[in-house]
Amino acid sequence: MDAKDVFIAKRVAQEFKDGDFVNLGIGIPTLVGNYIPKGVRVFFHSENGFTHIGPMPNSEEDIDRELINASDQYVTILPGGAFFDSAVSFGIIRGGHLAATVLGGLQVDQEGNLANWRMPGKKTVGMGGGMDLAVGAKRVIIAMEHTNKGEPKIVKKCNVPLTGLKCVDLIVTEMAVMAVTEKGLVLKEIAPGVTVDQVRAATEAEFTVDPDLKIISVE
Amino acid sequence: MAKVISIEEAVDLIKDGMTIMVAGFWGVGTPEKLIDALVAKGTKNLTSISISTALTTKGVGKLVANRQLKKVIVSYIGRNPATSEQYESGDLEVEFVPQGTLAERIRAGGFGLGGILTPTGVGTEIEQGKQRITVDGRDYLLEKPLRADVALIKAYKADKAGNLVYRKAARNTNPLMAAAADITIVQADEILEIGEIDPDEVMTPGIFVDYLVQG
Repeated sequence: MDAKDVFIAKRVAQEFKDGDFVNLGIGIPTLVGNYIPKGVRVFFHSENGFTHIGPMPNSEEDIDRELINASDQYVTILPGGAFFDSAVSFGIIRGGHLAATVLGGLQVDQEGNLANWRMPGKKTVGMGGGMDLAVGAKRVIIAMEHTNKGEPKIVKKCNVPLTGLKCVDLIVTEMAVMAVTEKGLVLKEIAPGVTVDQVRAATEAEFTVDPDLKIISVE
Repeated sequence: MAKVISIEEAVDLIKDGMTIMVAGFWGVGTPEKLIDALVAKGTKNLTSISISTALTTKGVGKLVANRQLKKVIVSYIGRNPATSEQYESGDLEVEFVPQGTLAERIRAGGFGLGGILTPTGVGTEIEQGKQRITVDGRDYLLEKPLRADVALIKAYKADKAGNLVYRKAARNTNPLMAAAADITIVQADEILEIGEIDPDEVMTPGIFVDYLVQG
């Protein structure tokens, strides 16, 4: 596991309140589930149709072939969980019943537009449930690396196909935590050892700096 | 009453050029025996509606790999190289539908609705060719219903009245697709006599089901 990705996942994991229902996307977002702070109970929703995703089975004989997560991995279900059909599952998503979703990003712009499903020139695999999560969850948190090999991913205006319009609430990267507000992007936290100038150099979007700027703290 | 038939009789109901719905998510909740029989029969030019094209060895993916499909209506084709290859060569038409929209379009198809209004996809490529409708200040896309000639369903338990019970994450699109086709065929792990499933436990009422095959 990439140390940068773990750092991002640990910071995102601090965003939840006890009792929140959350859906995690594929990639860095999936790691978030490993770092939920002690004393906070977060219930994970699986878009293929249940809540309370539990850990992967301990052994081959504990595998239930009809119990996978949305990434096709064998998992378990914790007490309190429930199974449902796809209409209910996406009703939960679209209906605002999830406190948050954590998604990856190809680009996020300063208006909170998100692009993460299709990169022209590369293979298109489909959006899966991503577009529904982007419009439906109460909070949309983007967990991604700050740049793509130096190319800014936080931009003035997305120039690749959008997943959702003005849907992003928070961006967490290995350099910074930025909030999308009505007044634009606000730099809320920076990683230890990173300067505001370095964040500016790696960010195409315009942003203001929170007067109460903090240093990202993870265990 | 649902009629119990053989798997071969079941796939004979699917003709070249038909539209089929195939339930399941990465093959979980997919009636694989029906798919295998359809592959063996080689029925061609089918349009398939499903969440994804699964894998080349699982679910709808087997039909793609055997080149039996002309079009798929799906939310995801990753992990199936045969789909990508045929899509890029132009041999297979792919209509991408956000997963929640797909579920609701199928539900609308089964339940007599002229479409559904969803905020999903507003302002994206998905909006192209669709009506945007504003209700109380919020924008939605009008998404039209989906129906099929045949739905292929996988149940855990069925009774001979066609009542179905699913198990764990295998439910997914099964209850929606069961209602949205002219002919609904169910592969059940267990086929029980009428009365052996408590009406309170039924997840899909038998009224939607035409044929049962033993899984």
